[in-house]
Amino acid sequence: MKKQPISTGAEWTFELIEKYDQEIARIAAGFGLDTYPNQIEVITSEQMMDAYASVGMPLNYHHWSYGKQFVETEQRYKRGQMGLAYEIVINSNPCISYLMEENTMTMQALVIAHACYGHNSFFKGNYLFQTWTDASAIVDYLVFAKRYIAQCEERHGIDEVESILDACHALMNYGVNRYLRPKPLTAEEEKERVNAREEYNQRHINQLWNTIPKKEEGDTDSKQARYPSEPEENILYFIEKNAPLLEPWQREIVRIVRKIAQYFYPQKQTQVMNEGWACFWHHTLLHQLYDEGLVNDGFMMEFLHSHSSVVYQPPFDSPHFSGINPYTLGYNMMQDIRRICEKPTPEDREWFPDIAGSNWQETLDHAMRNFKDESFIQQFLSPHLIRELRLFSIVDDSDQPTLKVSAIHNEPGYRRIREELSAQYNLGNREPNIQIYDVDVRGNRSLTLRHFIHNNQPLGEDTEEVLKHIHTLWGFDVHLESVTSDKVTSANYHCPSKEKLELY
Amino acid sequence: MSYIIDRRLNSKKKSAVNRQRFLRRYKKQIKHAVEESIKKRSIQDMDRGGEITIPRKGTSEPLLHHGQGGKQTRVYPGNKEFDTGDEFQRPQGGGGGGAGQGQASNQGEGEDDFSFSINQEEFLDFMFDGLELPYLVKKQLMDATQFETHRAGYTQAGSPDKLNIVRSLRAAHARRIALSGSDRNEIRELKKQLWSLEKEPICDVNSQKIRALQEQIKALDINKKRIPFIDDFDLRYNNIVKTPVPSSKAVMFCVMDVSGSMTQSIKEIAKRFFILLYLFLTRNYKQIEVVFVRHHTHAKEVDEEEFFYSRETGGTIVSSALELTAEILQERYPRSDWNVYVAQASDGDNWDGDSQRCCKLLSEKILPLVQYYAYVEITNGPHQNLWNEYQEIHQKNPEQFAMQHIEDVADIFPVFRKLFERKTKGAA
Repeated sequence: MKKQPISTGAEWTFELIEKYDQEIARIAAGFGLDTYPNQIEVITSEQMMDAYASVGMPLNYHHWSYGKQFVETEQRYKRGQMGLAYEIVINSNPCISYLMEENTMTMQALVIAHACYGHNSFFKGNYLFQTWTDASAIVDYLVFAKRYIAQCEERHGIDEVESILDACHALMNYGVNRYLRPKPLTAEEEKERVNAREEYNQRHINQLWNTIPKKEEGDTDSKQARYPSEPEENILYFIEKNAPLLEPWQREIVRIVRKIAQYFYPQKQTQVMNEGWACFWHHTLLHQLYDEGLVNDGFMMEFLHSHSSVVYQPPFDSPHFSGINPYTLGYNMMQDIRRICEKPTPEDREWFPDIAGSNWQETLDHAMRNFKDESFIQQFLSPHLIRELRLFSIVDDSDQPTLKVSAIHNEPGYRRIREELSAQYNLGNREPNIQIYDVDVRGNRSLTLRHFIHNNQPLGEDTEEVLKHIHTLWGFDVHLESVTSDKVTSANYHCPSKEKLELY
Repeated sequence: MSYIIDRRLNSKKKSAVNRQRFLRRYKKQIKHAVEESIKKRSIQDMDRGGEITIPRKGTSEPLLHHGQGGKQTRVYPGNKEFDTGDEFQRPQGGGGGGAGQGQASNQGEGEDDFSFSINQEEFLDFMFDGLELPYLVKKQLMDATQFETHRAGYTQAGSPDKLNIVRSLRAAHARRIALSGSDRNEIRELKKQLWSLEKEPICDVNSQKIRALQEQIKALDINKKRIPFIDDFDLRYNNIVKTPVPSSKAVMFCVMDVSGSMTQSIKEIAKRFFILLYLFLTRNYKQIEVVFVRHHTHAKEVDEEEFFYSRETGGTIVSSALELTAEILQERYPRSDWNVYVAQASDGDNWDGDSQRCCKLLSEKILPLVQYYAYVEITNGPHQNLWNEYQEIHQKNPEQFAMQHIEDVADIFPVFRKLFERKTKGAA
């Protein structure tokens, strides 16, 4: 039974958006997508640029870097070097999506399917977002942060606040908890913790900053005991809690930046999955609309045109190549999982015995909820897709004169490519592993950080600059040493700089 | 359930503050870029905004990241001919195995520089930042010799020459009416009675009553007349207030040598200097007039076009121009109404005997009348006698008279800045 299409023209109206939203919501619910309520906001291109500039958030504190982002975006947009994204979606409850005024009706429907049902359900379902972000509180927190920082600026001057924010932004990637998982505490545990914390604080104050030498204790053991006793990877957290000279308001700013970094952390880890999931669902939902006769051929042509340009992967030798397109990879993997469930080949049965032939909706839902990019690729990248994308891996070892192809899309290569690609999405590999290693609590209070070298990769040229920022926060000397896996120190950085020592 | 909200009417300038912060932080670089662009730009669009390019270096926030080197493995799509174990040379440029980082622009737009637009106001703000005309504040705020008088209603006290007769008499009349009110009521009553009595047939009783009434009326009339016709209390004076008016008019004299030795390129340099001065004055005064005086052996007041572009030859007598300037000043621009600025450009040539005369003219006839006199000498050669003479004047009037030497277009702006740099309080 063919129905009347909802609309036929390119012009959108609020009534039409509402109608499309209702239909898409109905279909999405039919597929079992669980979402936050949606708040769809229609904005102009200028407002879209504003949103770009404040890292996509509806509001944020003031900082020059956002201003820079804004003038850059504006300039590129005016020159026609870039188009603006069709939408921005915010992980909040209700889930806020921005629709641009300039979009056609088709694009608005695509965005609704993509953002309001695709991304939205991912935000609600994925374990990282559930663990690390509180969708219902983020907007309120940003309101608080903006107000607090504005107050600090009034009280202490823009420059003071800016220098703290600059320093924190430089360390933003090192302001997240990666492994801790907060679990709800019982009242008793809470009480115990309060006691423990009090005791800890007591001890901690004494131990850290008590500069009066203790008499009869042996020197040897005080030299060996490091503080912190275990290296700390959340540098901002450590600074917030331990930096000796920070004022309370400065600590609060460190905390604000840290909280916001933590909020964005899951998005960095699930880019492929998140976009793949959203693309998969806009594709599925809009096809369903078409099958039901609610949209016409013209609508589908326009939709498919933009869909295919979004999920297009230029080959490595194309001038447009700029790395693997997360939309392509994610979308294809999602489609591939569905294919494996619905029409498994013998190869699939061998590689994916547990999902081949299973219910595709359940399998996809499971994949969406319980993985991040790294593990998702490790688990679900199939030989079929490796062949389709013609993936190959190249080893670039600076000790070797040439580059080497280590694997291609053939039987011996599948596993290797899967591993390499997965490692490529491991944030731990992408960012240098730098941890707080020691504080000279009995001496000059200097802070020592340690870079654990991975694959011989040295630190980039910004390191000295970042160290200056750490120095701003810490207030005493800061040292950074790069250490190889066999405990050899290969480079040292200091702030304030002694002559930079390079030991090879 | 979805909410659909139309946010299009919300404020658009959400990023304005952040943008300002950015401009504030990179003020130095932007100012430098503005100065560079002043050098390159043609004069006509000097006071427009435009694109500003500052070095990208230093505008990004530093991050800890991996540098070049070490062992990296990356996966690429779109294999065509490679097989496992193939080896090949590192591609030159474009970041070897590192894969182009994010948004490499493939058009010729250098990513090393960071371009963005600023508007006219911002452009001029950067251009004029820190500049201040000498004595400007002084003239505007302390020089209270000019007053404007205007009427501001009426007062009850004042000097006799400000007496307003109409108002005063009106006040007197009103007072008389007010004070005699009760007497007049009585008179009116009595008169009514009198008239009614007079209509009745005449008898003794009546005529007695009439006489009594007439007596009463007479007494009251005398009473009424005792109220003074005019009193001190009635006097009204025109109220006139004086308000100090800062002079908001300026006149700028452009004086230039157009003799044979001045080439077009020297004139261009001079032109830029004049334009800069003009732009600066427009920022500070509401109304500005410009007088162009050019000279070789004779001086002539001309229009702008002729001033810059007509060709003349001949010798040089600078004093002719100064004489003309002094004349025009005296005739058209009284010191009390006008802030006078004179900018003189020359290549330093002058007829030998004339320089001393110039010196005298300047210090006697011109400098007392002008706010500021700036002389720029545009030459590659050695200074001649005019420069030496002027230097003497400069030493006598260091605040009022400035002189600079320019060799190239690129020198103008620094010189301009030097001429008008913020004077410390002590110096003024």
